[in-house]
Amino acid sequence: MNTSEEQRGTGWTGPAPGRPTTGPFPRRPAPSWNRGRGHPTSEGPSAGVGDAPAGSLVRPYTMTRGRTRPPTGPRLDMITIVVAARDREERALEPEYQAIMRLCRRPISLAEISARLDIPLTVVRVLLGDLVAAGDVRTRASAPVTRLPEKKVLQAVLDGIRRL
Amino acid sequence: MASADSENRPPEAIPQAVKIIVAGGFGAGKTTLVSSVSEITPLSTEEVMTEASYGVDDLGGVEEKTTTTVALDFGRITINPDIVLYLFGAPGQDRFWFMWDELAEGALGAIVLADTRRLHTCFHAVDFFERRGVPFVVAVNRFDASADYCREEVREALDISGEVPIVMADARDRESCKEVLVELVTHVIQGRSPAMSG
Repeated sequence: MNTSEEQRGTGWTGPAPGRPTTGPFPRRPAPSWNRGRGHPTSEGPSAGVGDAPAGSLVRPYTMTRGRTRPPTGPRLDMITIVVAARDREERALEPEYQAIMRLCRRPISLAEISARLDIPLTVVRVLLGDLVAAGDVRTRASAPVTRLPEKKVLQAVLDGIRRL
Repeated sequence: MASADSENRPPEAIPQAVKIIVAGGFGAGKTTLVSSVSEITPLSTEEVMTEASYGVDDLGGVEEKTTTTVALDFGRITINPDIVLYLFGAPGQDRFWFMWDELAEGALGAIVLADTRRLHTCFHAVDFFERRGVPFVVAVNRFDASADYCREEVREALDISGEVPIVMADARDRESCKEVLVELVTHVIQGRSPAMSG
């Protein structure tokens, strides 16, 4: 049919060759980013980890329309905790955003979102930046990078570990 | 419709997160230690870096760039309703060093897991935390077949100052890992005492 048109390469918005579009937004028929990866360990690259071929890098960035940095907004690091804002009307979001919003019903860190959805941190950072900008999620104002936790926080951590 | 189950949450209820880095050479037992104390099965996330690191605004022509993907394992300990502690295993291999700066930012402290069979594999970690001023403890992970070294032998081999605590540990043992964490946080609190700001 119009496969050739779909393959023309219209930047990020083009679906993977041969895949049909179903609406105004290109949708991948299966959320390949959500397929799970087993349980690699940090003891070194397991299958699929390491110097990934460019193809597997480019695909996750189609979710961000090629952006590698979030829009301006609060700093989003690995342990930034986010939570869905209340009083927001539910609106149509792309599947990746929907998946993040589901996880954010309870406070959750950026790293956990990344791990649970199997989306690289950098990509989650961009997508969350969009949701923060739209007012869909809130983050705890993070302390400046250089500032270490206060003593009362350290003491609470110490007590908490002892209680384990 | 907004989901009803979230309606009774006070708006300020976003916990504060703190993190501890667990570093050490390949196979030193980082993930084992994290598993021993984490309340969740350790999760794995990944970071993708291009050759030009964060200096890249878009990935046009990314095929031309060198990319590296690194997996990070981490665990979680909910300290109380307001504080969550994350334990991140730092990638052990040299080519993943780009992650360390980000990991070290704002970290409460670090645990350097030493494997006495391959003590040199944690030299880099010790260097890094000393240079960055990140407080750390050395935990000597005792493997069944490992030779028993005393603390001072390890201290000498690693060339670390007398203030840095060295603890003997078994990464598979929860109580032992708790002791390592207690040692670290105590060390952090003590180090902060002279010039307390909070």
